[in-house]
Amino acid sequence: MINWSVILNIAKTHLVTKMKSTATAALGVTFGIGAYITMISFMTGLNDMLDGLVLNQTPHIHLYNEIEPSETQPISLYDEFENSMNVVHSIRPRQIQKKIHNALPILNYLKQDKDVKGATPQLQAQIFYLSGSIELSGALIGINVMEETRLSSMGDYIVNGTPEALKNTDNGILLGSGLAEKMSLSVGDRVQISTVGGAIFPLKIVGFYQSGVATVDNSQSFANLKTVQRIMGEAQNYITDINIRLNDISLAPTLAKRLQKQFMVKATDINEANAQFETGSNIRNLITYAVSITLLIVAGFGIYNILNMLIYEKMKDIAILKAIGFSGLDVQLIFMSQAMIIGLVGGGLGLIIGYVLSRVIDNLAFETSALPTITTYPVSYNLGYYVVGLVFALLSTFVAGWLPSAKARRIDPVIIIRGT
Amino acid sequence: MEYVLETKDINKHFYKPKDFHVLKDISFAVRVGEFASIMGKSGSGKSTLLYILSTMDTEYTGELYLNHELVTGRHHNELSRMRNKHIGFVFQFHYLLSEFTVLENVMLPAKKLNEKSHTAIERDAMQKLEMLKIDYLAHQRASRISGGEKQRVAIARALINNPVILMGDEPTGNLDSHNADNVFHIFKKLKEEEGLSLLIVTHDEDFAKRTDRIIQMEDGRIIS
Ligand SMILES: Nc1ncnc2c1ncn2[C@@H]1O[C@H](COP(=O)(O)OP(=O)(O)O)[C@@H](O)[C@H]1O
Ligand SMILES: [Mg+2]
Repeated sequence: MINWSVILNIAKTHLVTKMKSTATAALGVTFGIGAYITMISFMTGLNDMLDGLVLNQTPHIHLYNEIEPSETQPISLYDEFENSMNVVHSIRPRQIQKKIHNALPILNYLKQDKDVKGATPQLQAQIFYLSGSIELSGALIGINVMEETRLSSMGDYIVNGTPEALKNTDNGILLGSGLAEKMSLSVGDRVQISTVGGAIFPLKIVGFYQSGVATVDNSQSFANLKTVQRIMGEAQNYITDINIRLNDISLAPTLAKRLQKQFMVKATDINEANAQFETGSNIRNLITYAVSITLLIVAGFGIYNILNMLIYEKMKDIAILKAIGFSGLDVQLIFMSQAMIIGLVGGGLGLIIGYVLSRVIDNLAFETSALPTITTYPVSYNLGYYVVGLVFALLSTFVAGWLPSAKARRIDPVIIIRGT
Repeated sequence: MEYVLETKDINKHFYKPKDFHVLKDISFAVRVGEFASIMGKSGSGKSTLLYILSTMDTEYTGELYLNHELVTGRHHNELSRMRNKHIGFVFQFHYLLSEFTVLENVMLPAKKLNEKSHTAIERDAMQKLEMLKIDYLAHQRASRISGGEKQRVAIARALINNPVILMGDEPTGNLDSHNADNVFHIFKKLKEEEGLSLLIVTHDEDFAKRTDRIIQMEDGRIIS
């Protein structure tokens, strides 16, 4: 049977008459929570951007043929040596084609799978870019550009051109932006490429591809799949890679294993390809939480001190309250309420300040040639952070308020009233 | 005989700094409607006894009855409630909550008791203040009024829940003779008009003589 209106009224009166200390304590919490919200929003924004930079360009599952030695060497097929120990020196990789065997049936099969959002064929070709007497080695990737832009964020990285322009230009090329700079080429120009075999083809530049990763932009360009097949002198079923996007990324490892067995191709999934990437995100999150918790602990000590001081000053009041019939619990609740009000007000203010600062950062110009789609600092807004922030604030003030208020609960009124 | 308060063989020791037998075999009773005073030399144990009777101090042996109910050994939450509902206490030092108004101070025990509406409590509080002739102070901060006025506010606060007994530990000890006289008349009137029982510790011989009965204490014993 707790009479909250009396308890809150007393708590409020204490807080109001000690406005300065109250404000100091609340501002400590505000600072901690504001910093947490700002940092987590900014850090997550950065993480998302960097994730996007790599992950959106990485297929969930990648099918290709890998050059590797045979698992069973010919000698083990020979019955006579079955029970002896065979030592094979200087193993050479198996002679295989880069071409995926049965690529078209595999593509058809994948398109019917309901877990698969889409599968795109690619033909990766080693070529040289010719600029006068200079030959720059690089890769030309034949793609189905409309499917590619539907399934990945590739469209974001096409500058000075559109996917449609490539699709509609039979001998068009999306030239790597680094290459364009090196060869002083602009959209509309022609670029000569030569195959490893020496055949030379002119291609028309319909746009640039700028991924933000320099080594990629300095060597890689895109053209229509058919164009590249023609350049390489290969048939329409010559496909070296199949990229798969799933509806649910978490299915990638199991599906990759299954496809690898079923079609006798190498299948890597996104987790394998980007395992090291997670580590970066986790460390950034760790830093954010470490800093925020440190700030909140400092704020918590502030609240602890102020409540301790208040209780020391209010010793007589506590004795009176107990003498006129307030229980120890009532007294503890009076001081706990004060702590929680400080936490709520300070925390709420912190959320607002965190939001405002996030907005400010969000509008700061951030331009870098490496990231064509980014014009301002990335900030992630997530209601969850605000909920966590408020819970943080209440939790830290609860912990900070507990010891002093428990002390108030145990104060013996007789000792105070006797005045010894 | 109808008793409001009764003790049987109450003994108390202080163990720090060394064993000290402060109350010895205290057995006495206060009748309903009686105005009793306790006298005795300083250090004879009067305050210590009063803290036990008011249920704030529970470290003693013996038995304490309030309205014929055994109080000794009850849970402290229950004791808080009894103190709130049945006992009014006035200290030597007025002890008001200085950040609250006079009216709020008087209302506080009734708000804690939570048996009446806010408006009913406010009406009761105003009525007590009027009876003590300090209603014009109702909205003053408790820290802004004189000592005699503070003591009357403390009495109003002690009376707000219509207790069965009013206890005071030298309530006139810090007042000049005019104000002390005033407080005595208030007590007398409460006994005569409301039938309130009172148990007041005092050093003031004049004050004690005018009460129904004087309880004399010496070295932790009641001697008469
Ligand atoms: N907390 C305590 N510890 C030890 N001795 C105490 C304590 N409180 C009071 N005393 C002693 O108990 C005796 C009675 O005190 P008290 O009841 O205050 O006397 P009175 O009110 O009659 O003057 C005194 O000798 C006092 O010194
Ligand atoms: Mg005394």
